[in-house]
Amino acid sequence: MADPAIAIVGAGPAGIRAAEALSRHGLSAILVDEAPKGGGQIYRQPPDSFQGPASSRYGFEARKASALHLTIKRLATAIDYRPSTLAWNVCDGRLDTLCAGRGESVVFDILVIATGAMDRMLPLPGWTLPGVYALGGAQIALKYQGCAIGQNTVFLGTGPLLYLVAYQYAKAGAKIEAVLDVNPAHAKRRALFALASSPRTLAKGIYYRASLGTHGIAVEEGVTPMGIAGTDEVREVHYRRGSVDKSVRCDAVGLGFGLKSETQLADLVGCRFRFDGESRQWLPERNSDGESTVSGVYLAGDGAGIGGADAAELWGERVGLSIAARCGRRHDASRIAKIDRRLARLARFRAGLERAFPLPLLGSTLPDDTILCRCESIRVGQVKDAIRAFDVVEMNRMKAISRVGMGRCQGRMCGHAAAELLAAETRQDLAAVGRLRGQPPIKPLPMPWPGTP
Amino acid sequence: MKPSPLAQHSTDEAAQPRMVRLIDAERARLTFSLDGAPATAREGDTILTAVLTARRYLAESAGGEGTRAGFCLMGACQECWVAVDGTRARACSALVTAGMSVATGGHFTVG
Repeated sequence: MADPAIAIVGAGPAGIRAAEALSRHGLSAILVDEAPKGGGQIYRQPPDSFQGPASSRYGFEARKASALHLTIKRLATAIDYRPSTLAWNVCDGRLDTLCAGRGESVVFDILVIATGAMDRMLPLPGWTLPGVYALGGAQIALKYQGCAIGQNTVFLGTGPLLYLVAYQYAKAGAKIEAVLDVNPAHAKRRALFALASSPRTLAKGIYYRASLGTHGIAVEEGVTPMGIAGTDEVREVHYRRGSVDKSVRCDAVGLGFGLKSETQLADLVGCRFRFDGESRQWLPERNSDGESTVSGVYLAGDGAGIGGADAAELWGERVGLSIAARCGRRHDASRIAKIDRRLARLARFRAGLERAFPLPLLGSTLPDDTILCRCESIRVGQVKDAIRAFDVVEMNRMKAISRVGMGRCQGRMCGHAAAELLAAETRQDLAAVGRLRGQPPIKPLPMPWPGTP
Repeated sequence: MKPSPLAQHSTDEAAQPRMVRLIDAERARLTFSLDGAPATAREGDTILTAVLTARRYLAESAGGEGTRAGFCLMGACQECWVAVDGTRARACSALVTAGMSVATGGHFTVG
């Protein structure tokens, strides 16, 4: 029997390690990735003209980043690697892709979805002002372009990335006005036991936090963000701590509340989803081999639930080994057992992070004039009116009536807050309002401009 | 929320571009066209970096409320589409090249 056609979407830590494990067992995959170079968002490689050492971009993770970059460089000549290629649809055993304006279909028997994650975003008054960036975006500006997002930056939100990015900005010489964490210090103390399951990662987190102090950067925990003020761009962040109203002047804000899985392709291919109460998001189900509820479709890395880059590499290899065994190659039981033990330990650490940096319930308490949908500038009050006028109780109905989630980002930015708002307005659990269905194309496709050849 | 008393531009701040080059800043220069006027960028800049190291915003919002300057910088939010040499490009993903013509105005960004 001929080997099956294997396609992998995403050349981050998970996708690259999956391709490598398959290659080790004599199986070649088609690896499709939207970026021009492999590494994913976490280990994103800068354009060729950047000369600085890996340590200036990836810090303590430079060794892992370089190892991954070396792997994809080596694989690129051995497998069918397609960078700068967007997989915009999947159905009937076929991926629809677009590369440099040319569409192509990739037929597969086995698919690995390794689409990674993006910032988990919550709206705030003023979050559409120029100068407000997603926290992960602020980090990409630095590691991919060598730039800070502004002259005077405030980092606002929660999660380990809040402290890491602030540390990286300070180290690069950027001016930071404040680091504002919505979660209190005692939440982190309570999570310490679980976080101690990965002592080195915990130590790095404590180091980042401590070094902000030595740089003289104000860190406030347990704040309630009230909004970002300014007419034509960011001028101030308003927040409350205890019963005290405070503000800090700045011209840029890095805003983020943890990470969220990119699940659109898993949705389109028909994977069953479950509501994960811990991270408060819908995730595609997978078994211990990494296979989804659709036969032959595997999920690796943060696209199936946030686990971090180390877990993504392990899941990628794990999925590669599962597929190799499925294709009649040697079943590497001892390696699989070792990966599973390490994944279990990382899962304990991740649970600790969710406890230390839980997602705040901001989505249901926003003022009516706050823009909820960035794409079409739809306000909270308009959505509430639509919910009441049409007795909306479910997310896709809400989308049809209010257009929230119908814009170009397809709800990536507003989806979570919209669900919280609908749940609060209709007195339902978050899980009960459902989730926005994915639609192809999962990202906009550029069309030739009329009048050009 | 109260309107900010600090809303006016100070002239100093208005003169500075939005993004600040901190690492690997001294790359080779190139020139491109930004809304019809010549502009300078560095080799390896994305279109977004090239525009935001020249001025403080990218384009009018497609939804019609004020200007935007990109948001997610990782190809998810879709706020930074611009017209480039007769087609469209996401400014955070596409690299600027010498002689490229970038248009950020009006209907080009409405999608």
